[in-house]
Amino acid sequence: MALEKPYKDVPGTTVFDAEMARKGYHLNQFCMSLMKAENREKFKADQRAYLDQWPMNEEQKQGVLTRDYNRMIAAGGNIYFLSKIFSSDGQSFEQAASSMTGMSAPDYRQMMLTGGRQVEGNRYLSEIKDGKLKTNANVEKK
Amino acid sequence: MAKINSAVFCSHVPAIGAAIDLGKTEDPYWVPLFKGFEFSKQWIKQEKPDVIILVYNDHATAFDSTIIPTFAIGCADRFPPADEGWGPRKVPDVIGYPELAAHIAQSVILDEFDLTIINDMKVDHGLSVPLSLMFGQPEAWPCRIIPFPVNVVQYPPPTGNRCYNLGKAIRSAVEKFDEDLNVQIWGTGGMSHQIQGQRAGLINKEFDNRFLDRMVSDPVSLTKIPHIEYVREAGAEAIELVMWLVALGAMGTDFKQVHRFHHVPASNTAVGHMILEKTK
Repeated sequence: MALEKPYKDVPGTTVFDAEMARKGYHLNQFCMSLMKAENREKFKADQRAYLDQWPMNEEQKQGVLTRDYNRMIAAGGNIYFLSKIFSSDGQSFEQAASSMTGMSAPDYRQMMLTGGRQVEGNRYLSEIKDGKLKTNANVEKK
Repeated sequence: MAKINSAVFCSHVPAIGAAIDLGKTEDPYWVPLFKGFEFSKQWIKQEKPDVIILVYNDHATAFDSTIIPTFAIGCADRFPPADEGWGPRKVPDVIGYPELAAHIAQSVILDEFDLTIINDMKVDHGLSVPLSLMFGQPEAWPCRIIPFPVNVVQYPPPTGNRCYNLGKAIRSAVEKFDEDLNVQIWGTGGMSHQIQGQRAGLINKEFDNRFLDRMVSDPVSLTKIPHIEYVREAGAEAIELVMWLVALGAMGTDFKQVHRFHHVPASNTAVGHMILEKTK
């Protein structure tokens, strides 16, 4: 009998469970290496060459090179590990999070300043009709 | 006898640490948040805790994917701030309390809570941001601190019920320590937030306020919240609230609320804050 994973039907959300952690192990360990200033320098000098030192698959490497955080998460990356990449880029959690939502950074900030993303209509996959998650009334009116 | 006399609950958003470190606390964006901690800073000056047991989570800092302890306790003399990718925060080292930490470990392991003992560890914003919020920017933290990391990064974190019962075991361990100490326990992280995927930015004020209500009116009921409810209702990262339940469990049933605060947003997160004092 399989394990119950009720979180699979929460839209726009990847829960970093044992399965994802196994998939993303090397991607996440690469991220950890960026906690040392000397490694950040090496990475910035030649990103591809630095990535090639890690046993990551091409999909993971492309995710990193294009800074596509949704792609990295789908490939097993975890946001707290991935934060070492955007921190090295001088980006905040807010900027990185907005990049995953398909919203512009100012729209995302406006959404947060007006109470954040609403939960209504964003609980179940079946509630998402046009592939887009709801933001909140203040942002949608704009 | 050592005794846990009060509990502090608060979020540990990294951007709050950055706002303090970069002198932005007077910015209009941040003013309402720091206002919510003015009472708390005065309160803790009068309380003068000797030790804080600080329940927090490490964010892929000291623990990467090689070792993931569900519950751990810092037993070292000193814990320096970690470099999380932008250089270490310029905050004082945490001075531990090895004798009390080892005593707690020995007591709660025999109560069937199998802690991982950590003798060498750097600490990240999960631990340092609550200290900055409560103490500001001192040269040295004014008391000893026992770091108590809980895994909430790789799913599943421990259940709320397990956390609550661990809190009870910590309380009884502290009371067996043969020294007069004014001990606080802090539960950090939360409240509603999601910082990943298309659903990032999710906030649920009603969920948070109900949670804060029930901490006082019916604490045990919170132990029954299943993980999926945190994820679906309050965002994937709201599951950090199980750490609040460790501190709540340590408070037992005889306590009163002395402060409560909720604010949206700090970066991607709803900030919740509460102070409870024992009445017996």
